[in-house]
Amino acid sequence: MTQPTTANAASRGFLTEGGKYPGLLGWIFSTDHKRIGLLYMYSVLAFFLVGVTLGVIIRLELIAPGETIVSAQTYNALFTVHGVIMIFLFIIPGFPAIFGNLFLPIHIGANDVAFPRLNLFSWWLYMAAAALILISLFTGGGPPDTGWTFYVPFSAQTTTNVPLAAFGAFVLGFSSILTGINFVTTVHRLRAPGVYWGRLTLFVWSLYATAWVQILATPMLAITLVLLILERLLGAGLFDPGSGGDPIMFQHLFWIYSHPAVYIMVLPAMGIVSDIIPVFARKPVFGYWAIAFSSIGIASAGSLVWGHHMFVSGMSDMAILVFSLLTFIVAIPSAVKVFNWVATLYKGSISLDPPMLFALTFIFLFSIGGLTGLILGSAATDVHVHDTNFVVGHFHYVMFGGTGFAFFGAMHYWFPKIYGRMYHKKVATLAWGIMFTGFNILYFSMMILGLRGMPRRYYDYLPEYTDLNRVATVGSWILVAGLLLMFVNLIRGARHGAEAGGNPWGGLTLEWTLPSPPPAENFATIPVVDHGPYDYDRVSPPHE
Amino acid sequence: MNDSGPPHPHQDDTGAKLGMWLFLYTEVLLFGGLFILYAVYLQRYPREFAAAAGELNLALGTANTVILLTGSLLVALSVSAIGRGNCGPAQGLLWGGAATGVLFLANKYIEWSAEIGHGIYPGSPALAQRPPGENVFFGLYYITLGLHGLHVLIGSILLAVMAVMTANGSIRRDRFVVLENSGLYWHLVDLVWIFIFPLYYLLL
Ligand code: HEM
Repeated sequence: MTQPTTANAASRGFLTEGGKYPGLLGWIFSTDHKRIGLLYMYSVLAFFLVGVTLGVIIRLELIAPGETIVSAQTYNALFTVHGVIMIFLFIIPGFPAIFGNLFLPIHIGANDVAFPRLNLFSWWLYMAAAALILISLFTGGGPPDTGWTFYVPFSAQTTTNVPLAAFGAFVLGFSSILTGINFVTTVHRLRAPGVYWGRLTLFVWSLYATAWVQILATPMLAITLVLLILERLLGAGLFDPGSGGDPIMFQHLFWIYSHPAVYIMVLPAMGIVSDIIPVFARKPVFGYWAIAFSSIGIASAGSLVWGHHMFVSGMSDMAILVFSLLTFIVAIPSAVKVFNWVATLYKGSISLDPPMLFALTFIFLFSIGGLTGLILGSAATDVHVHDTNFVVGHFHYVMFGGTGFAFFGAMHYWFPKIYGRMYHKKVATLAWGIMFTGFNILYFSMMILGLRGMPRRYYDYLPEYTDLNRVATVGSWILVAGLLLMFVNLIRGARHGAEAGGNPWGGLTLEWTLPSPPPAENFATIPVVDHGPYDYDRVSPPHE
Repeated sequence: MNDSGPPHPHQDDTGAKLGMWLFLYTEVLLFGGLFILYAVYLQRYPREFAAAAGELNLALGTANTVILLTGSLLVALSVSAIGRGNCGPAQGLLWGGAATGVLFLANKYIEWSAEIGHGIYPGSPALAQRPPGENVFFGLYYITLGLHGLHVLIGSILLAVMAVMTANGSIRRDRFVVLENSGLYWHLVDLVWIFIFPLYYLLL
């Protein structure tokens, strides 16, 4: 490798050079995939923090039965906006738009995505949509109070500002589709010589599968939201039983998108975990093709299971049976991945650096989330726990414990590459420990509460639920303390951390051949790749 | 037309077309949601659907089918004209294509004005008096055809832009993938109509 390990002091790679315009304009009008990735990162994280704040307020209200700090109506708005922000503004765009943009082109040896201007346009759409959603909170009848699922008939009747919020989500869908199209085309067209399909990183495989889900599922959400908006504006009655419509059809259309969307959230997380584990175990990944194809398997099987959200909404027993069976089938490719990761760890020389800790935490928390998912996926047990706090606990385990922690893992893994500096590793480990503890206290209590019968989306509860609710609220404080420590540590690291060098973790993928931060034009000459991304048995990592 | 100058170094026509096809999938699925609703409600209210469909203006619907098919033909011809370097004719064909879109919308305007004149529009009191199945039929009719009409409008604008770009030489023999993609979009609009027309106008 002839390139220097660290960009020279005056120029910090794409962070300082490249933009057509100076200063901030050079960022918000940049078509460089890395700059767009960072734009997404800062905006998505800002919304994440807003969502976290709302979540903490929700938990605070639940510290005692009865009205504690907010009214019932405010509570409804709180969990709705918390859900909308976390789903549509944080977790769906999170992985593809941030880390996909930052590293997908580099992983395949390309200098950018296939459609750089479209890419920038997606970010602008994201910001416009976010603005719409924020405006919807303060205009019309006030913040929506339907829950993030916008179910009719309530969403067609409530006086709150549902249409604008729904339109915001529609625009976000458009942004997500464009990212998906961009990534599929990029993977097909821009792979460098030697990067054939069997040499794609598993992160890229997972983004590829995700991109297909983004393309094929999101239009369903778009049309559903359009129908909801038109229902409010025109009153065609398509979902109104009084006028011949059927509210259950709304649920079908909604979940035909929103269940696959769950895989938009989790697949890339699985991808990064598959990339982190071999690096920190210093071993070739076990079962490359099994992991790659299980991504595709999850993406396709996952498109056929939406009905499991509707076991108690009114479906034929036959439909329930089929959806339940299909749901169990999706568990198989997920389990294939888990076993492959564990097999990769076996006899590896494992170093427990922060990214690895987060990746291992993903496996642990995701497994809890996945196994509790089976309780929800089998119709008989679902009837008992449907719409209880058990569901809330379950999906936080999957989305936050799974994807969220993998997201933090990706941040810690690529941080030195992006900023050229290293955060304080001990503090990062401490933050991880605090978050892990707080997380489990918070959501495990909520799952038990759900099993005992406490419904979700209520600001009040029976006195016998007080103790565990109190525990959960304390858990949320611990979790947030860990989050804050993590962010402070990262921000400090980006400013004052020690120079990280080109390849601090000893990775074999292409980004580690570049200096940190990478130059504006990734590769001066397009590389010719002669080994797989995990061939630790054959090649030694660059810059070591 | 300006044949000199090499194509742009980053030009990747295959990639651009791949992207366009992916986008067209999403459009198909967007309408697919409406077709799912149609299928479910048709199964629930077969008689009301047939009765309501009988009230649509079959002549105007047929005329619009012919108009859109002609438009597709013109656009396809313009693409092959550019491929042979005949920019002048291509430009005319594109204007023709855009005009078919405008004609289609004019027809639609006449058709809808008459129907709205009869008190048939989503949420109208007249519809509320009718059997629920007919209300659902007309609700879907307006939304589906409205969404399609929006696509026709966008398509016509696109074709007009293509005509201008052909005129000023940004579309030429060695560089017309943007025209091909706009053509694909126009064919999609056509294709969706080919499904809409029998489902709404020819239902017995
Ligand atoms: C410190 C962080 C968080 C806290 C304290 C928190 C807390 C909560 C609580 C207590 C609820 C249940 C409200 C109820 O049903 O009465 C809830 C709902 C929800 N949370 Fe979180 N949450 C956090 C982070 C997240 C994250 C990271 C995500 C997504 C990635 C997320 C997504 C959701 C969703 C989708 C709902 C459902 C909203 C609805 O019912 O419509 N949350 N959250």
